[in-house]
Amino acid sequence: MTTSDHAADIDKHVRIYITVFVALMVLTIVTVAISRLHLPVHLAVTVALVVAVVKGSLVACYFMHLISEKKLIYAVLVLTVVFFFALLGLPVITHENGYWIPE
Amino acid sequence: MSEPSAVAHKPHVAHEAHHEELGFWRKYVFSTDHKVIGIQYAVTGLLFLLFGFCLMMLMRWQLAYPDSPLPLIGGLFGESRMPGGTMLPEFYNELGAMHGTIMVFLGVVPLAVGGFGNFVLPLQIGAPDMAFPRINMASYWFFFLGGVTMLASFFVPGGAAQSGWTSYVPLSVIAGTGQTWWLIGMIFLITSSLLGAVNFITTTIQLRAKGLTFMRFPFFVWAQFVTAFLLLLAFPPLEAAGVMQLMDRVAGTSFFLPTGLVVSGQVVQVAGGGNPLLWQHLFWFLAHPEVYVLILPGMGIVAEVIANNTRKPLWGYRSMVWSLIFLGFMSFIVWAHHMFMTGMGTAMAAFFQTTTMIISIPSVVILTALIISLWGGSIRFNTPMLFAVAFLPMFGIGGLTGLPLGLNVADIPLHDTYYVIAHFHYVVAPGTIFALFAGIYYWYPKATGRKMNEMLGKIHFAGSLICMNVVFMPMFLVGLAGVSRRLYDGGAAYDFAQPVLHWNVVSSWGAWTLGLFQIPFIFNFFWSIWKGEVTDANPWQATTIEWTAPSPPPHGNFVTAPEAHRGPYEYSVPGAGRDFVPQSEG
Amino acid sequence: MEIPYTVELRRDTGLNNGKIGIWLFLASEVMLFGALFASYILIRTGATSWPRGDTILNVPLATFNTIVLISSSVTMVMAWASLMRHRFGTFRLYMGATVALGGVFLVVKYFEYSHKFHDHLFPSTNNFLAIYFTLTGLHMLHVMGGMAVNAYFWGPGAKLWKTNPEWFTNRVENSGLFWHFVDLVWIFLFPTLYLL
Repeated sequence: MTTSDHAADIDKHVRIYITVFVALMVLTIVTVAISRLHLPVHLAVTVALVVAVVKGSLVACYFMHLISEKKLIYAVLVLTVVFFFALLGLPVITHENGYWIPE
Repeated sequence: MSEPSAVAHKPHVAHEAHHEELGFWRKYVFSTDHKVIGIQYAVTGLLFLLFGFCLMMLMRWQLAYPDSPLPLIGGLFGESRMPGGTMLPEFYNELGAMHGTIMVFLGVVPLAVGGFGNFVLPLQIGAPDMAFPRINMASYWFFFLGGVTMLASFFVPGGAAQSGWTSYVPLSVIAGTGQTWWLIGMIFLITSSLLGAVNFITTTIQLRAKGLTFMRFPFFVWAQFVTAFLLLLAFPPLEAAGVMQLMDRVAGTSFFLPTGLVVSGQVVQVAGGGNPLLWQHLFWFLAHPEVYVLILPGMGIVAEVIANNTRKPLWGYRSMVWSLIFLGFMSFIVWAHHMFMTGMGTAMAAFFQTTTMIISIPSVVILTALIISLWGGSIRFNTPMLFAVAFLPMFGIGGLTGLPLGLNVADIPLHDTYYVIAHFHYVVAPGTIFALFAGIYYWYPKATGRKMNEMLGKIHFAGSLICMNVVFMPMFLVGLAGVSRRLYDGGAAYDFAQPVLHWNVVSSWGAWTLGLFQIPFIFNFFWSIWKGEVTDANPWQATTIEWTAPSPPPHGNFVTAPEAHRGPYEYSVPGAGRDFVPQSEG
Repeated sequence: MEIPYTVELRRDTGLNNGKIGIWLFLASEVMLFGALFASYILIRTGATSWPRGDTILNVPLATFNTIVLISSSVTMVMAWASLMRHRFGTFRLYMGATVALGGVFLVVKYFEYSHKFHDHLFPSTNNFLAIYFTLTGLHMLHVMGGMAVNAYFWGPGAKLWKTNPEWFTNRVENSGLFWHFVDLVWIFLFPTLYLL
């Protein structure tokens, strides 16, 4: 963000913000509606996650301006995502090879 | 206590006018100047190191002479902790848990990162201060709050945390009130570290001087930079775990409590369904990178002191830097080597022992490069250099003895024995703490304008080196004999331990003597503020940018912004008039 | 010497200090919530039984809250855009709306929680409720924190617009980044807890 962003640029951005807002509303309705279908668990989780990722990406890319950010920020986020997935490995590790306390 | 000198009057910097007559509180207590904050961190950290060491000296009585009353001061601890001057096992556990917690989180990291990082980093990169001075101040006060919370926990009913610094569940969930205070204290400390990490990374990237490219950074800067990333990304999972343990303790949840848990013959009335291993995973996800947080700044300090006192550039600078980066990355994927004994399957064990073996490589590269850096140098054996050189074999011992621990099968007889205690103390005590001592003797003139006394420094060094080894070397033997850690009698109740028990006495006397040898240091530290030899800006004829600022530097550090024109270690350059060319000269 | 790149961009990174600082902080927040999500997965997949979210929780109320929070994200970015267009009055309106919508979110949360307590559903009742209260509770604390900062920039902090409009715009942008992140977390929390 710099003062070199002109008013016309901002107008374009504002149009994008409204579009994204509408998309987010629609996707919210969609995700609630699909949950009413009571899909089998694996499918339900996948669909819900996909919708959430799309919504999240819209917020990140357009509201948070990630789509036009600098390389340094991308680098930090890529690093974070890598370790985030390492974290998500915890449940996988715990359930491997009987590494679990049965109830 | 030292402080930056009165503001150097810079008439052309008009908008800094408000810095000129700050009252006592804004100048020395609630200061946003990185140098003041650095000294605050350093002094507080040193006080906590001393306190944590005193806890250990107390424990060592029980380990050397189990169940015998402590002479002279035994009565001071009250009947609930030391009835008749004899230590209760519960009190031993309290001392043990708090010794570890205080040394790691209130002593070493605040001194190494908060103290040295804050004071030296902006100066070394030619910056006027940190990028976010007020956040810097906030980070100190969160640390202070955390420290007060931890200290206060000794006085709550039931005493301080006593489930190890690792706070394993379910024991820590059913433990007394002190554990809740520990968790709250940790949340303050984690907040402090996160704020600091954001500051260090932003400052290093944005405020470095013109011409100071990443590959021209002093190694110390790289070390602090990588450390900051470790703190930033590894601490939050522990914070999450801490919140969950708080919920278990205070709100009656069962995140970590399995179904059917029985305590003292009674089934615990909770919902159950929790998993104790979840705590271990989240804890070690932080705690493994944390041990690299403990060592990396020390390596950074040693590198600076060695380059300066060999009058040669560091050997293998680039390989050291890449090793640092690789080490930082790998440190996130080795954590379960602390959990080999939890019943993990062979696939998981194979993964973690492989990553653990791989992570030893960059450490070896760094250590080797530092050793080779000595070759052919014109070595000056001043006190900082003595500590820095001693660091090398001590860290070597610590690192090598870690190898069997990182291998699943070899870990079986060694896990949770005194061997482990010896291993990690070698890395942290004659390792990192020696590096920190080196740093104190080295940068003291920059902070105060006076040098510490060399004779006292050498006595401090010799005594500490010998005593550290007397304390910790026998522990390898004791551990190999099978004596577990955290036994309040040092193994005295076990038949198999009888042949090695006498070593507990040796270690104890070593520890108490080590304590005595810190007296010259403590005295020197304060005495030199008034009576130390006065120095100029660059008493060590060093090349890095901090030595071009006055000793001590004024608010804002540099009158004009420095520019880097060469690498950080231009010592003994052929054709130069003297044996060093400062990084920002000409 | 004053601290450089507080407002102007450093040439090689193209960024000012605050922007880097806030993204670094958000990276740490990703790890914080990530750890809680990982814990949720671990506990749920190890449980013998686990209730569907909509059998215990109030989906219509939470859907409403989702819409509220997303709307507040839009008003937040519009507040920043207003500053970029030098329309301080419009900024005030949008920022005020952001804080107000945050307040609505909290009020709805208050009703949600008190309803649960009224029905004797506490964090200690079972692990589903434990993770529900912990995750939404921590999220709620972040909403409060964000609201506090936004309220500051709407109110007393707005003085900075007169003396250093660029810096003020940057700080509002950074505050907005935090607010969007809080919205982002909710976008994942909502389906995870309420719909699955």
